[in-house]
Amino acid sequence: MATRDPIRDHFFEANLFRSRAIMAATVCAALLLLLAGRLFFLQGIGHSHYATLSTSNRVRLMAVAPTRGLVFDRDGVLLAENLPSYRLELTPESIPDMDRTLASLHELLEFSDNDVSRLRKALRRKRPFEGIPLLDNLSDDQVARMAANRHRFPGVDIAARLSRNYPLGDLTAHVLGYVGRIDERELLDLDPNNYSGTSYVGKIGIEKQYEDLLHGSVGFQQVEVNAEGRILRVLEEMPPVPGKDIYLTLEIALQTAAREALGESSGAVVALDPLNGDVLAMISQPAFDPNPFVSGISASTYAELSRAEERPLFNRALSGQYPPGSIIKPFLGLAALETGLQPVERVQFCRGYYMLPNDERRYRDWKKHGHGVVDLRAAIAQSCDVYFYDLALRLGIDRIAPYLAAFGFGTHSGIDSTGEAEGLLPSRAWKRKMRNEPWFPGETLITGIGQGYLAATPLQLASATATLASGGVRMRPRLLASVATAPGTRDTRGAQVLSRMEIVDQAHWESILAAMQDVVHDYRGTAFSSHRDVGYRVAGKTGTAQVVAIAQDGEYDADKLARELRDHALYVAYAPVRAPRIAVAVLVEHGGSGGRVAAPVARRVMDEYLLRGTAAAEVRD
Amino acid sequence: MARLSSGYGGRDSLLRLLAHFFRIDPPLLLALLLLCATGLVALYSASGQDLDTVLRQGLRMAVAFGAMLLLAQVPSRSLRLWAPWVYAGGVALLIVVLVAGDVGKGAQRWLDLGVLRFQPSEILKIGLPLAMAWYLSERPLPPRLGRILVAVVVTAVPCVLIAYQPDLGTALLVCCSGLFALFLSGMHWRLLLGFVAIAAASTPVLWHFMHDYQRRRVLTFLNPESDPLGSGYHIIQSKIAIGSGGTYGKGWLNGTQSNLDFLPERSTDFVFAVYGEEFGFIGAVLLLLLYVFVVLRGLMFAVGAQDSFERILAGSLSLTFFFYLFVNIGMVTGLLPVVGVPLPLMSYGGTSMVTLMAGFGILMAINSHRRLLA
Repeated sequence: MATRDPIRDHFFEANLFRSRAIMAATVCAALLLLLAGRLFFLQGIGHSHYATLSTSNRVRLMAVAPTRGLVFDRDGVLLAENLPSYRLELTPESIPDMDRTLASLHELLEFSDNDVSRLRKALRRKRPFEGIPLLDNLSDDQVARMAANRHRFPGVDIAARLSRNYPLGDLTAHVLGYVGRIDERELLDLDPNNYSGTSYVGKIGIEKQYEDLLHGSVGFQQVEVNAEGRILRVLEEMPPVPGKDIYLTLEIALQTAAREALGESSGAVVALDPLNGDVLAMISQPAFDPNPFVSGISASTYAELSRAEERPLFNRALSGQYPPGSIIKPFLGLAALETGLQPVERVQFCRGYYMLPNDERRYRDWKKHGHGVVDLRAAIAQSCDVYFYDLALRLGIDRIAPYLAAFGFGTHSGIDSTGEAEGLLPSRAWKRKMRNEPWFPGETLITGIGQGYLAATPLQLASATATLASGGVRMRPRLLASVATAPGTRDTRGAQVLSRMEIVDQAHWESILAAMQDVVHDYRGTAFSSHRDVGYRVAGKTGTAQVVAIAQDGEYDADKLARELRDHALYVAYAPVRAPRIAVAVLVEHGGSGGRVAAPVARRVMDEYLLRGTAAAEVRD
Repeated sequence: MARLSSGYGGRDSLLRLLAHFFRIDPPLLLALLLLCATGLVALYSASGQDLDTVLRQGLRMAVAFGAMLLLAQVPSRSLRLWAPWVYAGGVALLIVVLVAGDVGKGAQRWLDLGVLRFQPSEILKIGLPLAMAWYLSERPLPPRLGRILVAVVVTAVPCVLIAYQPDLGTALLVCCSGLFALFLSGMHWRLLLGFVAIAAASTPVLWHFMHDYQRRRVLTFLNPESDPLGSGYHIIQSKIAIGSGGTYGKGWLNGTQSNLDFLPERSTDFVFAVYGEEFGFIGAVLLLLLYVFVVLRGLMFAVGAQDSFERILAGSLSLTFFFYLFVNIGMVTGLLPVVGVPLPLMSYGGTSMVTLMAGFGILMAINSHRRLLA
């Protein structure tokens, strides 16, 4: 073809092409340098950046929840444990026909349409290789039935996990509290790292108080995942540190005895060791079964529990605040002696009522016709109100309030649990501040018999009694005895002295204690009848706390009053007197007379603690 | 002949004789074989160590080398005669595809001939350089404006047809092979710049005719992080793969990005990312050098060719090969938008492999023709 063109210059064309080819080669070289530069930018300069991205692509950190610590009583009786609970899980990618699988499962196990719709909702959200729960808390029977039919259900598995269980149920419910699912508010306060694998947290009681000890530290697994998120292998592992096992000061035998002594009555029993503040027993009746709270209590059950008239969720021992009634008398008597107001021999004539000057109002004694001439010792033993109206009036609220405060009235005892109320110790300043009113002499009068504004928790009453028993040394009540640091070794927590009272004269204390022994051992004592044949010396004091004021001309008749308006029965005691080992406070709500109703409960508790013979020891060992 | 005769005697010279007889250029063949072997090595890792895939690809390579060997025997005279017919046949088939082609992955690219399923656009990868070389070399060079305009139309027709399928990557490659031919024919600089200006001005028009997914790809290229889970995912993961390879790479089969499925299309368009992750910067540069050698060898053949037809054809094929690898590596490293251009000789897939090797066969034929005359 070239021949058709006479002016064609082959040499020129070859040169032209050569120059163009060189140009093209130059451009190619430049572009290749650009590519090499780009590679250097990615692999040289950017290497560490992209290496990090690559690692975070494939490596995922998975939290491994620690096992929660166990709770024992002081003798090693198990109070809170972790039991395996079983859950039915479906893995979509291994299930050939979801509808058919569900239908056949339904023949085997019972589940509701609700469960199915929840499953279907989760199906859309989760990845096909992730197990989706269908049923929680399978029974042993259900687990067995599933296990036998396993081959029929590919992709259906039983997953085991640990779940908190309280074997003694309602006996320890108020002390231990319970764990429950972490809610949104708690999520803000908890360490997000340490709780990344945990779904339960202590809600109240010991479980909440010692959450840090019981929870332990989270462990981690570094796993390699692919683009779908499927775990391929474990790269590195840091095992979790399990929570510590703890031993409480409680003694389950005593706890059981206290509950049995209280019977069906609603009320509270607190038993302390006066020497160190150990809480030996703490009962609040009625109680509740904490176990349903762990797996998630149904709304209706919870509503029922919280709305019930007897308030089973309410921990009366710590949170209930009651007028102490006559329980206050020995403390006021001691105050009168120690402040030098009067000698112990001072007598008062009780004619059944007391009147303030220039006042028509009669402050009545519980004994209609009076106790006659009584001294301080008889006034405590027989619980004469008139004597204490007069004593309180002369002492005055300004001396009463600080002295009672030294016994722990009106302040938190500092017990290691949750929900403790602080009671109420009224004073002139308090009334001015809260009510903006002056203090009236009549209010001092009724404070003298533990009524009026005065309010205390059963724990405070027990603690004040223990303080009396130990000569003014107030110990912080405590529930935690020791922490298991390693298998077989326990780290015992030391007792803590809250305050020591200054003793003006030991004789003053002796005479008050003698009066309190009369309460129990003298035939005229208010608790005498319930302590017949008691095998040890007891110092006690009964109390009856008014719920309603009785009209001036009215008469208290328990039979005519509605139950919730009847008096609370109270009793405090410690024993043995020479070497006190136990201080008890008993409250029986609307029980009536402290001596008749509350004192027998305390006696049974003390009997159990002090008289446990060889036979009992054999049973326990 | 003189150069060949100098080394007679022994096995070495026997190989030379064989190469000479089959019109093969041993250095180029060696480079191509090395590239293919590297491709198989990377593919073994990218496929999740699936030997079947590697064997299948090896078989395709064998077929492709057969095609190369075959075309190496065709004298350029015959090529010149076939040129217009190959082009016309290719365009006709493109029209057939548009009317009655198979739809695969949302685009009409395939023609099913019962026993054979192939993309007619592949024919144009050879057919257009042939036609351009033939047309431009008919008259003295540099070409006049009129011929240039006709050449532009010759290039544009198949490109538009391919882009309409839509297969933007192939359209771009075919288009460039035509433009390279024009450039190598020595068309005047002012005209060249004018065309570039017109092309730039027509970008908005092109945008208007683009499919949504193509527009998205361009946008994603401009800012891949804007859509990390969608279209940008490819680029981000590919950059992570290459960058995390570092200087020496993670080692063969140890690329986590590819083995754990983070890298999409890792056997095909993104195979370079697998290679870069496992063999690092050093491996990547060595691979680039191998490619450069192939391109330069082709350009050398072109410069040394006997007439303008051979020169333009060989030059256009070589530059297109370069363009191929530049677009792919540029795309995988995030320099260029994601256009579906495979890495020549390394990406998994058959059709383009055969076309490429056929092109190298033509290059070898041109080279051996020169040597025969020398």
